[in-house]
Amino acid sequence: MNALALYGRYVATSLRAQAQYPTATLMLTAGHCAATAIEILCVFALFHRFGSVGGWTFGEAAVFYALVNIMFSLADMLSRGFEVFGADFVRTGAFDRVLLRPRAAALQLAGHEVRLSRLGRLLQASVVLIFATNLVPIAWDASTIAIAVWAVAGGVALFMGLLVLQATLAFWTVDSLEIMNVLTYGGVQAAQYPLNIYAAWFRQVLTFGLPLACVAYYPVLAILGRPDPLGAPDWFLPLAPIAGFAFLALSFVAWRAGMARYSSTGS
Amino acid sequence: MPQILVEALAKTYRVAERAPGLAGALSGLVRRRWRAVHALADISFSLEAGELLAFIGPNGAGKSTTVKILSGILRPTSGRVEVGGLVPYEDRVRHVARIGVVFGQRSQLWWDLPVIDGFDLLADIYRVEAERYRRRRDELVAMLRLEPLLDQPVRQLSLGQRMRAEFAAALLHDPAILFLDEPTIGLDAPSKLAVRDFVRRLNREQGVTVLLTTHDMHDVEALAERVIVIGQGRLLTDGPFESLRASVLAERRLHIDFADAAPEVEMPGVTVRARSARSLELAFDPAKIPTPKLIAAITAEHAVDDIHVEEPAIEEVIARFYDLHDAGEA
Repeated sequence: MNALALYGRYVATSLRAQAQYPTATLMLTAGHCAATAIEILCVFALFHRFGSVGGWTFGEAAVFYALVNIMFSLADMLSRGFEVFGADFVRTGAFDRVLLRPRAAALQLAGHEVRLSRLGRLLQASVVLIFATNLVPIAWDASTIAIAVWAVAGGVALFMGLLVLQATLAFWTVDSLEIMNVLTYGGVQAAQYPLNIYAAWFRQVLTFGLPLACVAYYPVLAILGRPDPLGAPDWFLPLAPIAGFAFLALSFVAWRAGMARYSSTGS
Repeated sequence: MPQILVEALAKTYRVAERAPGLAGALSGLVRRRWRAVHALADISFSLEAGELLAFIGPNGAGKSTTVKILSGILRPTSGRVEVGGLVPYEDRVRHVARIGVVFGQRSQLWWDLPVIDGFDLLADIYRVEAERYRRRRDELVAMLRLEPLLDQPVRQLSLGQRMRAEFAAALLHDPAILFLDEPTIGLDAPSKLAVRDFVRRLNREQGVTVLLTTHDMHDVEALAERVIVIGQGRLLTDGPFESLRASVLAERRLHIDFADAAPEVEMPGVTVRARSARSLELAFDPAKIPTPKLIAAITAEHAVDDIHVEEPAIEEVIARFYDLHDAGEA
């Protein structure tokens, strides 16, 4: 069975395990939906008070919000094994069991647990996207849809990369580092707003360091058909999400170094 | 060419030293001092296909480290390891596809899934072809009497039931080599017997090479023709258990119930280990005084109700062996 088919089997297995506790899963999903819905209300309150922020309307900001949250919820759903890697695998020794199976460790971790409750955030963000589409004039045609899907793919890769990095650190620190949440959850918060409202140094970080702007800000400009107020060339906007895949690739380079360390220290 | 070859294996861990207390913890963050811990110093042995070897030693002796290196999880500091022509830690994926591992303390199965679903998933993970998988699974289910458990979630199984399922899970891909790390730990007596019986059959009937670590000396007695004892990272002895026993504690014990009060016994090479009003326990060296001769000498002089000979318990032999080699827990 090839890796992709096996991954599908892992996902099905995980869903079946969660179906053992249907009430808990349903309530977690609803809770997740409600908890994240508070955030968009905060964004709305902000725009309601000030009318527009940095030249953006609420509808446009809602597009950023929706796409970023769709990316994050998908990545979060697909890389749970990396998120809990330190506490649930390294510290407990369960990682040995992963290594005893003749498959890539990363594949097994990605398939470890696909949490249905994350559908809560996904659902909420999708509703916001539909809502936002009605507020701003987006011409949904083949090219804008393609850019949106491409941006979401790049964003999922980027957030997965972050979670892989978080897991990689656990090879050195054993426990999962809460400090990485500054980057993951903080990143979600930061990328929810258009880039040009931030200070220059922070814009650099979000473009070249942790390239969240490349998977959210630039492709959304392309979808809205607006030129970048900061002056990035038009051809760059739809291309930018590739940075998410580059980030994921680099994360896996670090991951391999971590694996090598684990095999020589065993902890 | 042996199936498992281990030469001059050494493993040194670096452990951070830390002064006690909060101040120590904080200074440890800034500047760490490392201490080398030699988990394995110099281990060499080899194993032919179809052998059954028990690996014993006190806690911290290096048993688990050895098993981890052999199963490809850990990379040794120096030395050479080959299992079936592969270097386990260089070629992990190919290597682990050919071995089975059972940890007594850790489950390989999916807690919330019925046993059978876990088996199905493992067959896909190990790329076992459908028809072969079905045959192998049915065979293992019959041998381990798993039929009534297949539909139950793993979390609902007793420890004994779960261990039987673990054995099947480790063998679905038909490995030629099986590593067992304390497979009987915590099991009740019937479950221990079932596990030993199964391992013996697997080894004798299917020719599976078995390497077993254990603290349960009855596992060793029931299963292993060959025993390796390690202590403080070194190999102390390698051979049949009987020769270990002979070299360490050759003495036998004679229990005698007398018809009347227990007499004084004074013979060369014989000592009294315990006495009560009408019975004696003697220790003697059969090389100095053969058992029939001793029994004849006693029954000639005294009226005896019952008499039987015993060897020292295996635990006693091993404890004595550790003492002799100063190999107690580090």
